[in-house]
Amino acid sequence: MKPQALIAGVHEFPERKTAKSMLEIQALSARAALEDAGLGKKDVDGYFTVAANPGIGPLPIVDYLNLNPKYIDGTTIGGSSFVAHVNHAAAAIAEGRCRVALITYGSTSRSSGVAVGTRERISGDYLDQFEALYGTSTVGLYAMVARRHMHEYGTTSEQLAEIAVATRKHASLNPLALYRDPISVKDVLASPMISAPLHLLDCCVITDGGGALVVVHPDLARDLKKPPVRLLGSAEAIAHTSGGRRDFLVSAAAESGPRALAEAGLSPRDVSMAMIYDSFTITVLVTLEDLGFCKKGQGGAFVSGGRIALGGELPINTDGGGLSSNHPGMRGIFLVVEAVKQLRGECGERQVRDCRVALVHGTGGALGNRHSGATLILGRS
Amino acid sequence: MADYAKPLPEITAESKPFWDACARHELLVQKCRACGTVQYYPRGVCAACWSADVEWTPSAGRGRVYTFTVTYRTQARGFRDELPYVLAWIELEEGVQVMSNIVAVDPAKVAVGLPVRVTFDDVKEGLSIPKFTAA
Repeated sequence: MKPQALIAGVHEFPERKTAKSMLEIQALSARAALEDAGLGKKDVDGYFTVAANPGIGPLPIVDYLNLNPKYIDGTTIGGSSFVAHVNHAAAAIAEGRCRVALITYGSTSRSSGVAVGTRERISGDYLDQFEALYGTSTVGLYAMVARRHMHEYGTTSEQLAEIAVATRKHASLNPLALYRDPISVKDVLASPMISAPLHLLDCCVITDGGGALVVVHPDLARDLKKPPVRLLGSAEAIAHTSGGRRDFLVSAAAESGPRALAEAGLSPRDVSMAMIYDSFTITVLVTLEDLGFCKKGQGGAFVSGGRIALGGELPINTDGGGLSSNHPGMRGIFLVVEAVKQLRGECGERQVRDCRVALVHGTGGALGNRHSGATLILGRS
Repeated sequence: MADYAKPLPEITAESKPFWDACARHELLVQKCRACGTVQYYPRGVCAACWSADVEWTPSAGRGRVYTFTVTYRTQARGFRDELPYVLAWIELEEGVQVMSNIVAVDPAKVAVGLPVRVTFDDVKEGLSIPKFTAA
């Protein structure tokens, strides 16, 4: 049986707008996450991050951090990347390629004025000539999935708004969150329409930010400062245009979720809380369906009536999510940070009671053309 | 026609037959000679079986709106000056989905299932971009 990787340390960079560089954010986060684990720079022998620099991926940040890893991974599949990195780190650890894997992220989207959701979506590849000519934006691609979901299943804007409202309620309990004033369904519907049917408050915020994770071999359990979180299951998948025959209402979570749960030997009923990538409200609704928390098409009813808020049946995004706390462009790392803190019981006012199992699901790219999904099942010690 | 401010395609040898056909106001899809699968967007191999033996075949240019969004805010070149506009996935009669704009229709009248037909935006000599309008 393969050794079960542990998440030993986590850190979320606290600022939402910063004068620091994306490299500095990562260095400070790396140091803090290693401190959280009771480890140090010299212990790191595996390094994982996204390719901020096309062509050479992690080389500049490895140089800046002055690391000499034995194992390097620059997998870049959108905002889910850091969730996938945990899966990859666990595999590398199981194979004996490294023992202390450091995962970092840093971004200055807000201070650089990047319009993450509404900018022209051009990737610079062959596919652009069939998509990017048409005013394609990230929010537009997700909005098309929302529209189709409404058509097929009668999902309403009010139901989508419930997700934003519950998430804001959680943000009000997180001192670091960008927006903390409670909002109502009416507020969401009254906010400006960006790309119908998605309103401004259906969309994630734009912030600076970053963070770090430390994933280690189980042999190190006794050397750690805090009780580590166990990685019980992990999986990833890609969903794309499929040659022109795609059911855009089924996301990659429909594949990665069941595989990760099966590896953990658990079902959605065993999950105490979930961290679900919330680029937009529709992302959450489709993902919850695909992970099996409810049947396809019943997401609208599922997210209503406080079920996904603290105190509900399945609290999600207890940090305030991308919708209210932070979203520097690739939010996956924060999903893991919050899930680990919940499992350790460190969340104060927003703590989920008796949190035993957390599910993390990252979505990267866009539901409306192509995206990745990465699922982790985490358990407390 | 000279002031088309929206993005233009970067045409390669792989996609040139598609764009040459657009210039003639003809929409092409592809059919695999090995497994018979019809595909869009066009590419050098069959997406189903990876055979390189794919042939160009004309689409009737008719279909229905699979889904769409009316965009009110964007940074996209050209489009930011023409708000709101409709971005859509269209399902062609040949069974494949095409991303495009729905044009010359009141955005409030666009709906999932709306019958549409291809129309070509002649942006410059030798270059026409396929868009869709109510059939």
